[in-house]
Amino acid sequence: MMVFGASGDALLARGVKQTGSIDVHHLLHVFAVLANPYVVAGIFSLLIFMCSYMTALSFADLSYVMPATAISYVLMTLLSIFWLHEHVGADRWLGILFIVIGVGLVAGEPLRTGDPPAAVTAIEAAEERR
Amino acid sequence: MRVLYTWVCILITVCAATAGDVLVALAMRRIGDLGEFRRKRGVVPMLLRVLSSGVLFAGIFFMGIAFFSNLVGLSWADLSLMGPASAALTYITNALAAKLFLKEDVNRRRWLATIFVFCGVLILTHT
Repeated sequence: MMVFGASGDALLARGVKQTGSIDVHHLLHVFAVLANPYVVAGIFSLLIFMCSYMTALSFADLSYVMPATAISYVLMTLLSIFWLHEHVGADRWLGILFIVIGVGLVAGEPLRTGDPPAAVTAIEAAEERR
Repeated sequence: MRVLYTWVCILITVCAATAGDVLVALAMRRIGDLGEFRRKRGVVPMLLRVLSSGVLFAGIFFMGIAFFSNLVGLSWADLSLMGPASAALTYITNALAAKLFLKEDVNRRRWLATIFVFCGVLILTHT
């Protein structure tokens, strides 16, 4: 989820930059962007991200999953250092520090809070009767 | 005018992304733990159960709107504005929506975590 979310976004941004600006009067040109290979790869990555995201949401809260997956930014920065040999400045390290603290805070929280929704309790009751 | 268009795009992206996330989260909450579902009934019934959820597709529809509005915005504005604005703001709006609509227990600790992540993402995507 972390890997494909971040790489999907990066691929998309690159693809869209290649195809150029979209005129406000020709908004349907947004579909022409779909022909770009980077955009296709980006969409594919986001599809895998989506499946992992849905699985995570099936057993954890949205307010737990959202901050926790921000660790993908840290992963991308580490990748850009060790793989692309980019220079990472103090400001980006500060950003990473903030995210790590945020993820650390949410990590100690229970996965699921709130009432079980009515549909779930109804299904469980029906199963018990069987 | 370009600035106005960009901010309209950001607004649409953030609202649609939040609506999408909340609806998908609601759908998955109703379906329940997918791992457990698969162990009890198998993969095909699990997929059928997921794909028969109307709320899920409503969520995906909103995510699609957010996706295209983000694409349009990215083609106008620089990533250094569109990236932080849409990505970071969505964390805040999602926490708010999770509390309001999903009745999740967004306590002080979760808010703090969300705000830290918001700041971090803002710094990282802006530089």
